[in-house]
Amino acid sequence: MASKLTTSNRAGWAFALPGFGLLTLFIVVPFFFAFFLSLTNQRLISPNPTEFVGLDNYRNLLSISVLTIEPARDDTGAVMRDEDGNPEYPRVRSFTRNNPDYPQYAGMREWFRWHSGDDAKVVVATDVVFWKSLRNTLMFVLVVAPVQGGLALVLALLINQKLRGINIYRAIYFMPVVVSIVVVSLLWRFIYAEDGLLNSILSAFSFGMFEGPDWLGNEDTALGAIKAMSIWQAVGFHMVIWLSGLQTISPTLYEASSVEGASKWQTFRYVTWPGLRNTAVLVLIVITMQAFALFAQIDVMTNGGPLDSTTTVVFQAVERGYGKQDISGGSAISVILFLLVLSISLIQRYLTRER
Amino acid sequence: MKLTPTIAGALVASTGLVSAAAAQTELSMWYHGAGGEVEGAIIRQIVDDFNASQSDYAVTLESFPQESYNDSIVAAALAGNLPDIIDVDGPVMPNWAWAGYMQPLSIDESLIEDFLPGTKGVWDGQLYSIGLWDAAVALYARQSTLDALGLRTPTLEEPWSGDEFMAALDAAKASDACEYALDLGMAWTGEWYPYAFSPFLQSFGGDIVDRSTYQTAEGALNGDEALAFGDWWQSLFTERYAEGTSQDPASRDTGFIDGKYCFSWNGNWAAVATLDGGVDDVQFLPAPDFGGGNTIGAASWQFGVSATSDAPEGANAFIEFALQDKYLAAFTDGIGLIPSTPSAAAMTETYKEGGPLNVFFELSNQQALVRPVSPGYVVAAKVFEKALADIANGADVADTLDAAVDEINTDIERNGGYGH
Repeated sequence: MASKLTTSNRAGWAFALPGFGLLTLFIVVPFFFAFFLSLTNQRLISPNPTEFVGLDNYRNLLSISVLTIEPARDDTGAVMRDEDGNPEYPRVRSFTRNNPDYPQYAGMREWFRWHSGDDAKVVVATDVVFWKSLRNTLMFVLVVAPVQGGLALVLALLINQKLRGINIYRAIYFMPVVVSIVVVSLLWRFIYAEDGLLNSILSAFSFGMFEGPDWLGNEDTALGAIKAMSIWQAVGFHMVIWLSGLQTISPTLYEASSVEGASKWQTFRYVTWPGLRNTAVLVLIVITMQAFALFAQIDVMTNGGPLDSTTTVVFQAVERGYGKQDISGGSAISVILFLLVLSISLIQRYLTRER
Repeated sequence: MKLTPTIAGALVASTGLVSAAAAQTELSMWYHGAGGEVEGAIIRQIVDDFNASQSDYAVTLESFPQESYNDSIVAAALAGNLPDIIDVDGPVMPNWAWAGYMQPLSIDESLIEDFLPGTKGVWDGQLYSIGLWDAAVALYARQSTLDALGLRTPTLEEPWSGDEFMAALDAAKASDACEYALDLGMAWTGEWYPYAFSPFLQSFGGDIVDRSTYQTAEGALNGDEALAFGDWWQSLFTERYAEGTSQDPASRDTGFIDGKYCFSWNGNWAAVATLDGGVDDVQFLPAPDFGGGNTIGAASWQFGVSATSDAPEGANAFIEFALQDKYLAAFTDGIGLIPSTPSAAAMTETYKEGGPLNVFFELSNQQALVRPVSPGYVVAAKVFEKALADIANGADVADTLDAAVDEINTDIERNGGYGH
């Protein structure tokens, strides 16, 4: 294989050149730029010279630590408790701000905490928002990848039938993909508003019993609302990929299975699904990568709020690099995202390899 | 192809134009207002008048959408491709001047003697930009609402105190006259937050950064005054006086007119629409005084000359030309901005003495306070915005302000103090 690539086949390389050239120019070179910039203190706008700062940017992003806080005690040494009987704790900021006894926690903030006995274990990080964005992104991928892929397959099976007017349904399901995600996000902002369309419908169907929440303004529902909208928007795209996969399966196999008297489920399980193997791998990897790149919905609908419940890694990279003019910090986030997506893709490739 | 007389004539005419232009120095100008039809017509008129007024220079205008204007300037600067004349948002100017994108203006000082304080962009003791207009924010209220609730009408000399303001909100909330007592415009993001809300913080006695040195935010943004401001700010949302960050942008635009909100904290640019929308007893009230005096934000878009301009005399000449009262008045009549001089205000229907919007001119004249004049403001503004949104959404006030202080201080440090 290798010898074939390197020896003959000049025409093949000529054909590959435009693609390889563009990929190198717009993806490989910028990546190396980002990697290099993440080791400096490069700013978007600054008359100051760029300096090499080593791994400082990564340290600022990733520093994390556990702080054990003992409950406050009164003069007799008994633990002070509030009305509900829970122990009271000194505030985290008393450890992390201007406290010479705890220099290792300086400038850190609380991410979350748990209790062991009467002590509180507080996870503190230098950049809490980055950790939250990492968690939000992973939660988004974990839900969107399987649900969107599965739903797209169901839709593809539905529209892969010879019915009158089936093209109308194909068009309807595919329509959201054609509309710009920015426009879709703006529209869904109206749908999700507290007195918006969704809550009006829910209220009408429950005869006024159901008081709809403020979907995008509530920490508990904001990310879920964006997941639902994102799944709806891009499901048509993956439906088309599944559809093309379905149509590569030879009709003779279906004929044979019906002659053998296979049930609908057996046909799907032993004919359709094995025939879709390569398509499934493609769909899974594409959805995962698209989900990791979640940005436009956040930028238009929530700006990462409320309370960082919808902030994502790409949103952070843009916010840092452009909004706060910290190109080196944004680059560091991009490099981390690249490594993350690369490792997950490799794991997926390994799990779905030909056995 | 046979040339028709018209095409031939056009060809002759265009070559004639080109040769005439070759004798002049070309000046390029970028403007942020693409898409605004009236605005575009006025700025084009100024350019045409200037080009016709003399034979040394010819200005060519290029407009950008406001959202991508700053990015375009930054990209052009990195590529060494800046136009000669730019317009710049007042609080952003120090950043660009510090970065070496702009050069000080050399216009005749006497021309801008009467200009509103907020329209003069001064950094490092030098004038870098000058605005043809300013903007001001006021508390919109209906006279009928004030009467129904039995509230005193505050004036510039005697604004509401913080307690009076909260009593007004309480009365509005209890009256069921509207869904929310106050509309703060939380649907708008970006520069609106520091522009519209940092005056409240200043009225409590805090600030975004310590203006005596511009080297730290410690004590200014997380001192006792700032904490009091933060608690008050949070209470506006927990007590449901105001609608939070998920406010529907459409409500922001028409909510006050429709009666959804009793009071609205909004800029002069919305005043004409409010009057046209049928609220003919609207009152534009000054900001409440929480103890440290009452101020409002100042500085809007301003004109400046890029550092790389080959013909700065020409660029300055154009800016001097544009500072004529008739153009200031044209912008005011066209899109409702506050004219920079009293004489221009007298020429307009809305801002002249006794005009419906004259109060904004006085607000801007007497109370306007520019946002921190520092290259670091661009980052501090972002941090401030996020802190206020988080506090509105229920975050711990002290922790949030501490984190904001840390972020601002780290940024100042990493930029070597921003040249102060």
